[in-house]
Amino acid sequence: MFEQLVDGILWDIALVVFFVGIIWRIIDVLRRGKRQDLSVPRNSGVPGAIMANIRGFFPRREIAPRVRMKVIAGYMFHVGLLILLFFAAPHIKFIEEHITGFGWTAMPYWAFLVSAQVAFAGLILLWIHRLLHPVTQLISRRDDHIGAILVFLVMLTGCMALAEISSELRVFHRFTVELLMIYFPFSALMHAIMFVPSRAYSGAMFGRRGVDL
Amino acid sequence: MSTPLERGVETLKAQVDARVESYFSSCTGCGVCAEACLFYLESGDPRYTPIYKTEPLRKVWKNEHTVWGKLAAGMGLSKPITENDLSDWEELVYDGCSMCSRCSMVCPVGIDIAYLIRKVKEGLAAAGFVPEGLQIAGERALQFGSPMGLTEKSLRNAIAALEKEEGVSIPIDVEGAEYLCMLSSAEVVMYSEYITALSKIFSAAGISWTLSSKYFEATNTGVQKGDSGLARQLLERLVDVATELKIKTLISPECGHAYTTFRWDGPNILGREFPFKVVHILELLDQLRADGKLKISGSFDERLTYHDPCNICRRGGVLAQPRHLLNQFAPNFVEMDECGEMNWCCGGGGGVSSNERAEPLRLKVFDIKKRQLDALNVSTLVTSCSNCRTMLEEGLEHNEMEDIEVIGLTELLADHLE
Ligand code: SF4
Ligand code: SF4
Repeated sequence: MFEQLVDGILWDIALVVFFVGIIWRIIDVLRRGKRQDLSVPRNSGVPGAIMANIRGFFPRREIAPRVRMKVIAGYMFHVGLLILLFFAAPHIKFIEEHITGFGWTAMPYWAFLVSAQVAFAGLILLWIHRLLHPVTQLISRRDDHIGAILVFLVMLTGCMALAEISSELRVFHRFTVELLMIYFPFSALMHAIMFVPSRAYSGAMFGRRGVDL
Repeated sequence: MSTPLERGVETLKAQVDARVESYFSSCTGCGVCAEACLFYLESGDPRYTPIYKTEPLRKVWKNEHTVWGKLAAGMGLSKPITENDLSDWEELVYDGCSMCSRCSMVCPVGIDIAYLIRKVKEGLAAAGFVPEGLQIAGERALQFGSPMGLTEKSLRNAIAALEKEEGVSIPIDVEGAEYLCMLSSAEVVMYSEYITALSKIFSAAGISWTLSSKYFEATNTGVQKGDSGLARQLLERLVDVATELKIKTLISPECGHAYTTFRWDGPNILGREFPFKVVHILELLDQLRADGKLKISGSFDERLTYHDPCNICRRGGVLAQPRHLLNQFAPNFVEMDECGEMNWCCGGGGGVSSNERAEPLRLKVFDIKKRQLDALNVSTLVTSCSNCRTMLEEGLEHNEMEDIEVIGLTELLADHLE
């Protein structure tokens, strides 16, 4: 019964909420529009917007030593997670069957284990930092913790499912993924999408003024 | 009749635009911005974390524009903004932020935090939560045209005295002049060498220029306060004066926020393009240099460094020009370890300098600049903003470092004309 629900209607709901929610959030930003900037630009804002999106992946030299731990843990988590998402054999099979109709080469099992460990280590480090550092303690909201817990559960159940400890774990993994997909568009997890317009807005503003963001 | 609190909240609501929506939707709460802020780093107080200073606006955004916020509001569970919130944030925003924008340069998701803080100020100002010093400066600016209360008469007296003492000619209200030089009151009262320098340079370069007696003040207390109505009024009359005088180019003086106000924000504040060009004085001087109209002689051999005013470099884009100019005559010019677009603020921008209550904190955060200067062992500190200049002088005095002389770049350049 639970398995049918998870593999059936709940998955459909999660998929719709995920995509419609994200599109709705993006439209919500864009529909507000941006007033035309009437100042005479020094440079075009477009390269600024593009470059800010590229440069944003690397911390500035002046700040790098102070944020090294956050950057390393952040990369460990995000890169590890993306590798797991797109190169773990069961995910490719699932995407092929349910979404794209085609698949690609999966990573070997040992690579899966390494990616999972790296992603877990990154997530846990970030979380500990969030809980212990006075700044992140002050600015973190319930939403940030719920998002982190959901991602943690998804990864944990995913690893256990792949290790085939029991067949229910696969169902439970899909269930946590569906919860995450439903939560995603309404949470701070949306940063995974919204960083693009944010960097673009700021990059264009600074770029028009001749400053590299 | 709405209460001040209601006015503040309504104003905050009106601030939510596409950028605000995108920015708050992107924040991961990573805390990286704190590591770029002089107020957090020097005080160690997490409340000075840049994004935390935007909390009233975030609260409004959350309550009004997110599913959870609307749900909570529908169930009567949302926490509305209170007078206490605004009172707490008044201190954080006006005392603990110099609007330097350094935080905006480091946010991994690209949030222009200073843009958000500026919007928080709008809400605070609408609710009447503004430090006394800034409030008074705003009233004076409106009444006299100058936040220091200088009148047309005081300007004319100061100019007459300069012409007599320095033997220079300073044109006033010349219709059809190519350039209109705006001033800050500090340049009339404390740093009149700047006006003398302008006269010497322009006469050597054969430039037609003028001051305006009617409204000469370039600084805009409305911008510092976060009161766009006041900002608009102050700006409008300057644009009118420039238009009446039929000048081609308005020169923004050695003042940081005046430059961003005229050059970048002004047309948007007024909702129309200006019928004249706006340049910072350093841009013009560098152009004159490039055109061969600025003949330099001799050299300034002291070891010196340049303090970038935040609104001129990071938010203004005038980065290369001061360096080109200094390299003409200062062989011992050395850079601070973090300079240009990642400079450290003097601590007094964004109206902090007009806010007496903030003085102890401002002097504390000056420690960053002190360490930068200690590392260089310079005898001269050059800058291009009269507000920075005062803050630097006060900071140096506070730290018993008066052996370092602070000087404006225009003035130093005028001393090395052929
Ligand atoms: S650095 Fe950017 S994303 Fe991180 S807490 Fe500050 S504003 Fe938010
Ligand atoms: S603008 Fe400058 S002073 Fe204000 S929060 Fe950002 S870094 Fe701190």
